[in-house]
Amino acid sequence: MKAFPTATVDGRLQLPARERPMAPPGGLDAESEDWLRDLRGDGGPGEDARARLHELLLRAARFEVARRRGAHPDLGAEELDEIANEAADDALMSILRKLDEFRGLSRFTTWAYKFALYEAAVKVRRRAWHGRQVPLEREGWERVASTALEPDADLEQRELLGAIKTAIEESLSPHQRRVLVAVALNGVPIDVLAERLSTTRGALYKTLHDARAKLRRELEVEL
Amino acid sequence: MTERPEFNETLGRLLGPAEPEVGCDTCFEELDRYVELEAAGHDADAAIPGLRAHLEGCPACREEHESLLELVRGD
Repeated sequence: MKAFPTATVDGRLQLPARERPMAPPGGLDAESEDWLRDLRGDGGPGEDARARLHELLLRAARFEVARRRGAHPDLGAEELDEIANEAADDALMSILRKLDEFRGLSRFTTWAYKFALYEAAVKVRRRAWHGRQVPLEREGWERVASTALEPDADLEQRELLGAIKTAIEESLSPHQRRVLVAVALNGVPIDVLAERLSTTRGALYKTLHDARAKLRRELEVEL
Repeated sequence: MTERPEFNETLGRLLGPAEPEVGCDTCFEELDRYVELEAAGHDADAAIPGLRAHLEGCPACREEHESLLELVRGD
């Protein structure tokens, strides 16, 4: 097996240290250095830099909400712009808190964009599901099962489906089953489920990963 | 086996990527570097193993990766 992420104490997958350079060989690019210096500045120059960064983040956040608009026709233009503004505000706070963590392995603006995109995407998903019940049980399963029970479905498909159903019911813990069914079958966005279960995307994905690994092991013969 | 795209898609969502993958936190940490390598035509998968598999398995991280790549390419 090729060199691959190792599990940390808490089970999270992490790249081996040699895959995680701490700084580029030539140091930071000039534009990124300017950003860091200006953002750390006091008074007028520092405020100007933070305002410029906010503009940049707002542009990225608006880009993200515009991309998601089609999937959420119930969210109006005003509401989406409000989400973009909140996302830019929150991204700016995160970035200013984490300035010392910027390793210079990308341009500063690319590093900053990802905070705005993340904040905007999470807020759109959560707003779209606001007030909706999160389906944690079998709705999605019935839909899948029905495709394999159609008259022309072949035996192999029926058997595989039966094995999956048994593995989900008998091999997974109740928490693993709930997360797998909600995210993989019922299409609940992981950020929405994380909010409802008072946890994080990373922690839930770890549960999903472990549940999938268990299913794969159980189904090894069928696959 | 009969071709059933919906069935195969669901199977993919249930079983996730077959290869080892990083988690969401590492994905976020490395995403900017990965995207710039991709945009520059370098082998991002070789530089950051496990991230591509994670993007296959995690719809939320995948959407954010697509957005960042498009944003960076448009800059």
